[in-house]
Amino acid sequence: MSVMEQDSAGAPARASLLNDPKARGVFYQLVLIVALVTFGYVIVSNTITNLERQNIASGWGFLENTAGFGIIQALASYSETSSYGQALVVGFLNTLLVAIVGIFFATVIGFVVGIARLSDNWVISRLAYCYVELIRNVPLLLQIFFWYFAVLRAVPGKREKWSFFFDSFHLNIAGLRGPKPIWEPGSAWIAYAFIIAVVASFFIARWAHKRQDATGQQFPVFLTAIGLIIGLPVITYLLSGMPMHLEHPVFVETGPRIRQGFELNVGFNLIPEFLALTVALSIYTASFIAEIVRAGIQAVSHGQTEASHALGLRQSPTLRLVIIPQAMRVIIPPLTSQYLNLTKNSSLAVAIAFPDLVSVGGTVLNQTGQAIEIIGIWMAVYLSLSLITSAFMNWYNQRMALVER
Amino acid sequence: MSNKILPLVLGAAMGAAATAAGATTLEDVKAKGHIQCGVSQGLPGFSNPDAQGNWTGLDVDVCRAMAAAVFGDASAVKYTPLSAKERFTALQSGEVDVLSRNTTWTMSRDTQLGLNFAGVNYYDGQGFMVRKDLGVTSALELSGASVCTNTGTTTELNVADYFRANNMPYEIVAFEKADEVVAAYDAGRCDVYTTDASGLYAQRLKLTNPGDHTVLAEIISKEPLGPVVRQGDDEWFNIAKWTLNAMINAEELGVTSANVDEMKSSDNPSIKRLLGVEGAFGEAIGIGNDWAYNIIKNVGNYEEAFNANVGPDTPLGISRGVNALWSNGGFLYAPPVR
Amino acid sequence: MAKSDVFQIRTEEAPLLPAPISTTGIIGWMRQNLFSSISNTILTAIGIVIAYWMIAPFIQFAFIDAVWSGENREACLPEEGVHAGACWAYVKAYFPQFIYGRYPTDEIWRVNIVYILFALLLVPLAAPSAPLKKLNAILFLGIFPILAFVLLTGGHIGISFSTWVFVALLALVGVAIAGVQMFVGGRDLNGVMPVLVGFVGSAIVLGAVFLFVSVNFGLTEVETPVWGGLLVTLVIAVTGIVASLPLGIALALGRRSTMPIIKMVSIIFIEFWRGVPLITVLFMSSVMLPLFLPEGVTFDKLLRVLIGVTLFSAAYMAEVVRGGLQAIPKGQYEGAMALGLRFWPMMYLIILPQALKLVIPGIVNTFIGLFKDTTLVLIVGMFDLLGQIQSSFTDPTWSTPSTGHTGYLFAAIVFFIFCFGMSRYSIYMENRLHTGHKR
Repeated sequence: MSVMEQDSAGAPARASLLNDPKARGVFYQLVLIVALVTFGYVIVSNTITNLERQNIASGWGFLENTAGFGIIQALASYSETSSYGQALVVGFLNTLLVAIVGIFFATVIGFVVGIARLSDNWVISRLAYCYVELIRNVPLLLQIFFWYFAVLRAVPGKREKWSFFFDSFHLNIAGLRGPKPIWEPGSAWIAYAFIIAVVASFFIARWAHKRQDATGQQFPVFLTAIGLIIGLPVITYLLSGMPMHLEHPVFVETGPRIRQGFELNVGFNLIPEFLALTVALSIYTASFIAEIVRAGIQAVSHGQTEASHALGLRQSPTLRLVIIPQAMRVIIPPLTSQYLNLTKNSSLAVAIAFPDLVSVGGTVLNQTGQAIEIIGIWMAVYLSLSLITSAFMNWYNQRMALVER
Repeated sequence: MSNKILPLVLGAAMGAAATAAGATTLEDVKAKGHIQCGVSQGLPGFSNPDAQGNWTGLDVDVCRAMAAAVFGDASAVKYTPLSAKERFTALQSGEVDVLSRNTTWTMSRDTQLGLNFAGVNYYDGQGFMVRKDLGVTSALELSGASVCTNTGTTTELNVADYFRANNMPYEIVAFEKADEVVAAYDAGRCDVYTTDASGLYAQRLKLTNPGDHTVLAEIISKEPLGPVVRQGDDEWFNIAKWTLNAMINAEELGVTSANVDEMKSSDNPSIKRLLGVEGAFGEAIGIGNDWAYNIIKNVGNYEEAFNANVGPDTPLGISRGVNALWSNGGFLYAPPVR
Repeated sequence: MAKSDVFQIRTEEAPLLPAPISTTGIIGWMRQNLFSSISNTILTAIGIVIAYWMIAPFIQFAFIDAVWSGENREACLPEEGVHAGACWAYVKAYFPQFIYGRYPTDEIWRVNIVYILFALLLVPLAAPSAPLKKLNAILFLGIFPILAFVLLTGGHIGISFSTWVFVALLALVGVAIAGVQMFVGGRDLNGVMPVLVGFVGSAIVLGAVFLFVSVNFGLTEVETPVWGGLLVTLVIAVTGIVASLPLGIALALGRRSTMPIIKMVSIIFIEFWRGVPLITVLFMSSVMLPLFLPEGVTFDKLLRVLIGVTLFSAAYMAEVVRGGLQAIPKGQYEGAMALGLRFWPMMYLIILPQALKLVIPGIVNTFIGLFKDTTLVLIVGMFDLLGQIQSSFTDPTWSTPSTGHTGYLFAAIVFFIFCFGMSRYSIYMENRLHTGHKR
């Protein structure tokens, strides 16, 4: 209406206002804002009406109520009397655990397979190719089911076991069991020694790098670091009077049949849900990482390989010192998104009863009916994980990119 | 009002079934010509689709009886399979008109979710199933066991309470779907499978060797299962409540689908009132006076529904037990039609 | 020396000797590729062991020990001490359910028509040499979905009065804008044609679509809860990708827009959906969406899932399209602007055709991802192919120790064939598009 009045007042201005890209831009954006605000308002008001009608109290108060359900694997202290908030924290830690372990193995397998795909050896490169194509083209959920339900039936039942590594690790349908370190007073020194070793290795690596830049002399950084990181805590352990012992799992073979098998909560146990999920996630993501690695290595011009061979470097140092550092720049951005995918895919845990954030959240959602709050927590957690990972990877990428001269 | 138009338009534009807001459930149901019934995703004996997609079961019969009461046609029902997680949202949002999905009547559900339980169509309790070769005879011997169950149900809480109260360590493996629980239990992941006792009998049929498993005698909780409707629509609530009562009363009065036509000429005033020969009880709840006649004629009384779906002659083989009439030592007791 | 009259000139060429047997043929190839060094030989041995270790049990299970026919579980029960093989008889018995779900047997011809139409339209669309691309695309993206919708659901959808009001309003808005442009902006009829055609045309199209789906063709209504198996997988994946394409293009353009608010909204939208797992999106659409709607308005469960999947894949699609837009040289934009084209004609006529052609492999890859991700709907209680297979495990008639393995193997094979085929196609398109650009 106001536009019309203005237009009738001054003829030249109206044409320019309508056809002025800036004015049009402002107009479109205003329309968008109005549409979004209206949409948001309608949704919020509907939700409030619905919640009132259904007698659901919104708010975060429910987080302090007693959860009342058990969780099979908890990294933080948790019992049935803990609160919903604690249950969600336990779920979150489980998500993190799966993500970290999964990322580690996926990276290792992915790099091995990616390099194997470029191998001169026909059998190896074909095998790697088949691995990538087979795994990539089958849904992850199906693979999780396969590892959980199909493989689960193949391992020994609860009252039998497969033992390996000098009878210290055992596998059966209830999980993978092994010795658990029990820390006694004074064991803090071991942790300090470990931290000192890590920090020292870091500085040695920097010093060695500088020295190599300046003089060309190499220093066995890797071996030194391994020695430090393993040796120092071990020495501390011996010196401080061995304040730690291993708790071995107890396998009961007598008594009533229900009591046979491994005792609960003795020793270290990885539940089968965790194993299946991590194995499936690692293998699945590794097939994508392998392709990324292959593309990255192929992006490094062949002249680089020839030049380093001409300098007398063997295949392995060529790969390690010349090709991979250059390929990393191509590899890292897509690698980041694969890490994020793995983290997000860990939410499929809900299908096989591994208590991750989504699974525990689902239970809480059921008990309390607080759909909006729970889904809000899910989204917030995954979004911030995504943002943190991509921020870290951007930082790392920039560091790698700076090497370019 | 203005905030309702846009979503209606959007919804309609996207092909949603937009029903006129504000109408009562009964008007709504009559307008669309069928009852939308929320059922489970497959629990033999209670609500289970056969290979042709026809739903049968004790819970399904409640919906069919309601359709018979309203339309005189027990097949005027459409079914929406719902997971434990979705069921209340589906009812609250109006996606289904009645939820008949082995749902336990608890105080919090009755008072905090905006729902009303119309009664109890099966008195259940949580039980345990174990492998026979474990040699377990009592739930109190289950210390240290790993327990498979469904998440999002009262069973998960009950089992936690039970093991804690008896100071028994345990390991819980809680799945999203009943089929997954069965698969994991069948694979030997767990020693114990716990859910409502009726559910145990039903799920046992799905195991590789049903004969290798036994349901323990202990019942650790009260699980009165019944149909649920939305709060605030008393007319529809009454129809649901009295449909169930009519089936129970019919059994008590000996009226069956076979003899209901003869019974119309019975001298018993209770039967006369029930079948609408005397009085106008149907009109009082907004439907025809022959409502109960239609229920019994089309679906049968409670005993017929029970025997056809879960009774001793079915694969489930559940005896009446506490679900017998009060006069036979059970809990079933319906207020009279008067 | 010079006097020497005994000399010999070779008049014919020395015969070409075959290369040493150790460097040609199978043996040479093997020497070069398998046994060129000790370490390589060891690798070959390890590789062969791994391959044997993986393939042998598979062949044993899937073929040698397999049971191919039978009426019920008795046929597939292994004898004492013998390993159970695949129970293909069970797959045979359940095959219709895996393909159609619980779709009524009498109505299955409707699904078949949809499958056939889909294939008939998709193949020429995908084959680069087939003619009539534009018509084909309109048929596939415009007409086919509506036909499929009516065939699958049965049509006869009640369209509320407010919907017609909405359609009329859309046309009116178009006329109003055109009017403002003509009488206030001083454009002639040709100048406002695009707006008029855009708004009124889409109103007419929408109206026609609504009219079409509301007509009673005498088809029985088939509700979505009975759909299942491959049908649901394809419906979700295809609808998700087709619906997310326009949304993705809009978002990609928005992200590259110079208007700050539009750009910001696009970025937030894209990053939000890309940052959360699909399963939470599905939970949201099944549990939270009903809360957003006014009382009495309900969405079909399949439709809710479709909305969630579409929004989710639109974000990924937007990034794919953005890649294509970025690959278009700036000269194309400048050339179009120099010709006096406005924004939309420039996009429609110059930029998008080039950009979309470039991103076909990307779109196919997104589709592969979405196709695999449809399996997640089983977690919210829908029966896609995997869900349908999983639900059949609990049928007592067929429960044997190998039923589960067989079912998963079947699912894996079906998904593999689809996904591998599509990824080959995407590579083929990529190679085709590279012609002339390859350096």
